[in-house]
Amino acid sequence: MARYSPKRLFRNRMNLVPFLLLLPAFMVLALVVVFPLGFSLYTSFTPYRLIRPNTLHVWIGLRNYTDLMGNGDFWAAFGRTVLFLTIALNVEFLAGLGIALLISRITWGQRTLRTIMMFPMMFSPILVGYQFKFVFNDNIGILNNALQALHLSDGAIAWLVDRNLAMFSIIFAEVWMSTSVFAILLLAGLLSMPRDPVEAARVDGCNPWQVFRHITLPYIMPFAYIAMTIRSLDVARAYDIVHVMTGGGPAGRTELLWTLIARTGYNNAKMGMANAMAYISILLSIAFTYFFFRKLIAARKFMRGAD
Amino acid sequence: MAEIVLNKLVKNYGRTRAVHGIDLSIAHQEFVVLVGPSGCGKSTTLRMIAGLEEISDGTVSIGGAVVNELPPRKRNISMVFQNYALYPHMNVRENLGFGLKIAGQPAADIAQRVDEAAEILGLTELLERTPAELSGGQRQRVAMGRAIVRKPAAFLFDEPLSNLDAKLRGQMRAEIKKLHQSVRTTVVYVTHDQIEAMTLADRIVVMRAGRIEQVGTPMEVYNHPTSAFVATFIGSPPMNMLPGTISGGAVRLADGSALPVPERAADNAREGQEVLLGIRPDDISPVGHGLSQDGPGAELTLTVAIAEPLGMESLIFTRIAGQEVQAKLYGPRMVLPGEELVFRLALDRAHLFDAASGASLEAR
Ligand SMILES: Nc1ncnc2c1ncn2[C@@H]1O[C@H](COP(=O)(O)OP(=O)(O)OP(=O)(O)O)[C@@H](O)[C@H]1O
Ligand SMILES: [Mg+2]
Repeated sequence: MARYSPKRLFRNRMNLVPFLLLLPAFMVLALVVVFPLGFSLYTSFTPYRLIRPNTLHVWIGLRNYTDLMGNGDFWAAFGRTVLFLTIALNVEFLAGLGIALLISRITWGQRTLRTIMMFPMMFSPILVGYQFKFVFNDNIGILNNALQALHLSDGAIAWLVDRNLAMFSIIFAEVWMSTSVFAILLLAGLLSMPRDPVEAARVDGCNPWQVFRHITLPYIMPFAYIAMTIRSLDVARAYDIVHVMTGGGPAGRTELLWTLIARTGYNNAKMGMANAMAYISILLSIAFTYFFFRKLIAARKFMRGAD
Repeated sequence: MAEIVLNKLVKNYGRTRAVHGIDLSIAHQEFVVLVGPSGCGKSTTLRMIAGLEEISDGTVSIGGAVVNELPPRKRNISMVFQNYALYPHMNVRENLGFGLKIAGQPAADIAQRVDEAAEILGLTELLERTPAELSGGQRQRVAMGRAIVRKPAAFLFDEPLSNLDAKLRGQMRAEIKKLHQSVRTTVVYVTHDQIEAMTLADRIVVMRAGRIEQVGTPMEVYNHPTSAFVATFIGSPPMNMLPGTISGGAVRLADGSALPVPERAADNAREGQEVLLGIRPDDISPVGHGLSQDGPGAELTLTVAIAEPLGMESLIFTRIAGQEVQAKLYGPRMVLPGEELVFRLALDRAHLFDAASGASLEAR
């Protein structure tokens, strides 16, 4: 009888209750995250093709990965993605910094401008892609039209066809859409900045540029790193804008990792290979994020002494 | 040579005027303290000297040259801020050497001067720490060190001690005084703490609502306040003010009792004039427990309302002619509320002010 004493029962239940309560969350997580992750990792060790389901059961070990090591297209896309990321993040940082500095200086209408600044973020990337596809279109694009009307160019410039110009156009669209992420975070940094160290630096002999370089910039860098962490995740999975504007073309010249992966997985139906690519790309994402996160932690260490 | 001259200095914030035309000459190596209640324009004046605040009218000269149009970096001054204003991302060594680095000094010189300043201020152990890792007092010292390494023509302090606790404040006060004696430089020091003003200043400038109320050595300001405002502001506890009317050569108080007109004001007091009789707590004491026992005085029997024993002395709250006053009792004697004591008022040290204007009636 002692086994069923109410006290004992209560204690047993107490031990189980937390796990029971957490179970639904665990199940959802398992279903939504762990299972697909595990499944995709598994498929990256098979020659799985969407059109031949039984290839799912063929274990080929690291074949997909070793194949990728010698795959020029993949590494070209990899390099292009790194380049794309580096240029986009740097341009967005500089443009965002400029905008934030300008807006932090004005005293009238700052809120309105802050809101307007966020407009580009409100559009779906697909729409931004379409919008710029038409801006940069060589026949009917407004840009070529304008250039010709102003006699700045006599022929139609093939913005989305030329290798470098196409990359430029895509980066431009990306920058247009996301510079405000930097601008908003950096503006938050600038507005929260204490006035005293700046004044101390001015008395200490700094000209305005030196104040910016030695005081303001170090103070707002943590904010920039936050923006970069967010954006490096974003840009590393850039797909929509590229897909809409150039589809990775012409002739793969704007192919980034995710357009290549999607093409491999869905158009060529080589899902196993696509997943192997995806896992390598994720390493890239993690590397960028980790890098900025470390910078952020290092920069934040001293912020407590800012009062 | 770094004398600082303010000439009809004015500051307007929009339509409100914060500083109303200040004239002040500060001699080379002089320690001048600007003191006054909150919002009287001390910081604004100091910041105009530093170049951090635009000058609306008038001029500031440092070392004989008008500096109105010069940015702070060209004025050869150092400033210590109330909130220390250390550079959070630099360690103590970098904080101290920053000004020299910006000035393009060779690294060896910077290191030597930083070490020197750190030595003077006892910061040698802390050189590698960041401001976040320092206590308030240590941050304050770093802020001072940063000011002295540059060997400027003048130091400007804006309430540098107000964020410290009372004990540390006393300690730092002494250190600032020592510092001024070793690094003889012109100093303009802003505070609203009259004890700091009294202990540090060669000359005190008492400000009120954007104007200078009185300038003088601490003793002049304490012993010969030119207005009731200065009299109550300088000295702690503040001077007691008894309202009354001049009548028949005496000050007639609210309850009809009369006290003789203090001798120093005898020539200026007009019959019928509304006045304030000012007398410091130190000059109202129970008979046998005061500082001065001779000279002209008046004896009054008063009832003790509250007594605060401080050890060798007690602060007593009582009333004269309905007006609450504070008195001092010297000596280790217990006093109880409700006790009736005979107090002696040392009237030779009392002051008389015009009630309407607040101006002192002391003959000069
Ligand atoms: N930026 C500003 N805009 C408008 N008014 C200001 C500004 N700064 C100061 N004032 C006003 O100017 C007056 C003087 O200010 P100031 O800071 O010089 O006072 P203070 O004597 O230093 O006072 P405290 O002891 O509180 O520091 C105050 O009435 C204040 O409200
Ligand atoms: Mg102030």
